[in-house]
Amino acid sequence: MRRLTLTLPAVLLAAPVAAADLHVTVQIPQLNVAEYHRPYTAVWVEREDHSVAAQLAVWYAQKESKEGAGTKWLPELRQWWRRGGRDLQMPVDGVSGATRPAGEQSLSYHEGKAPLGQLPAGKYELVVEAAREVGGREVVRVPFNWPASAPQQLTAQGSSELGTVKVDLAP
Amino acid sequence: MMKQTLKWSVWALAMALPLAAQAHKMWLVPSATNVSGADPWVTVDAAVSNDLFYPDHMPVALDRVAITAPDGQTVKAENALTGQYRSVFDVHLTQQGTYKVAAVNGGLFASYEQDGQKKRWRGEPADLAKNIPAGAKNVDVSESISRVETFVTNGKPNDAALKPSGKGLELVPVTSFTDLVTGEAGTFQLLLDGKPVSGIKVTAIAGETRYRNAQDEVDVTTDKDGKFTFNWPHAGMYWINASTQDSKSSIKQAKVRRLSYSATLEVLPQ
Repeated sequence: MRRLTLTLPAVLLAAPVAAADLHVTVQIPQLNVAEYHRPYTAVWVEREDHSVAAQLAVWYAQKESKEGAGTKWLPELRQWWRRGGRDLQMPVDGVSGATRPAGEQSLSYHEGKAPLGQLPAGKYELVVEAAREVGGREVVRVPFNWPASAPQQLTAQGSSELGTVKVDLAP
Repeated sequence: MMKQTLKWSVWALAMALPLAAQAHKMWLVPSATNVSGADPWVTVDAAVSNDLFYPDHMPVALDRVAITAPDGQTVKAENALTGQYRSVFDVHLTQQGTYKVAAVNGGLFASYEQDGQKKRWRGEPADLAKNIPAGAKNVDVSESISRVETFVTNGKPNDAALKPSGKGLELVPVTSFTDLVTGEAGTFQLLLDGKPVSGIKVTAIAGETRYRNAQDEVDVTTDKDGKFTFNWPHAGMYWINASTQDSKSSIKQAKVRRLSYSATLEVLPQ
């Protein structure tokens, strides 16, 4: 787990009136390596017992092949795979997609709507796992309480395969 | 001829294993324990060695290898070959779930005296009577059952392939065999003839022994329910082994039954 900084309240978001929002920003670092492949990345919400509350995103190679495109390598996202990735039948509408380039990747989810769905009040962790072909693997976790009583930004810092992971909660 | 010699060598090993904990280790190492995708395969090394997992002594005889698919049916090893130091074969994982790859060795070992000379014989129970001469003295027969296994899961694990046969020492999962990670204990249950067996020592040794100066083995003992737990010191391929002996051979001439169980289990980093 990476260093966690908590600023409360941090950012004021244009929060919708009705349902709570969860915004996630995943920074994929620019790496100076001889052979670069975009990382396979999974984003999910875990309950306190580490079971999966919501599968938010999984990015893997989409090019068709005899081996089933990138699905052969999904177990490389080891925690995600074991904790529930293997329960999914790929592709998953609104969740799975192509690998993303270096930079800040912004994701928005709304309570009551797929893939976040209804999240009962409680303690959760937003988990991001990245694994790169001929590269490394990293997991970054951001604990949060749901729903937030006020707009809140939580961040955690990756050290190798992930940069800053930001979670913005809107009540 | 070669094959026959090999079979006897493996035999000798199977007999020797329970006697000396430091004897050669038989193992099966899969190229992956978790696979996915449209057409997954793994390749498996099967050998007998002292160093884990470096083939330097003897291959495992392919006719001892049995692969059980997630539906409980037996499937064939593909692209199999036996070299000087190891056998290699592929498993084509056409079904979703957990595959068990096993090498099962068993049979009889007899020693006797004939005309003042010590003689030995190894073979199948059916051949015992005709191989011990009528005038043999001090006939000592023992039975051996040894089982060496590893596991590979395509997608989600299931346990149809893991149903115990009820013969000899066997392992059943409490923690899934293919879900082991550092920081999380792995708990399993040891069975003898299908029933939990307590008070048996189980040893775990991580691979890559060549690159350290100690075996660094971890020993635990099965509890009253036959269960035991390993806290993995680090990620890696582990060889776990349990052995014991009793007098419950189904062969009436055999006074002693030697039993051994080994498995290769992969522990991934958190």
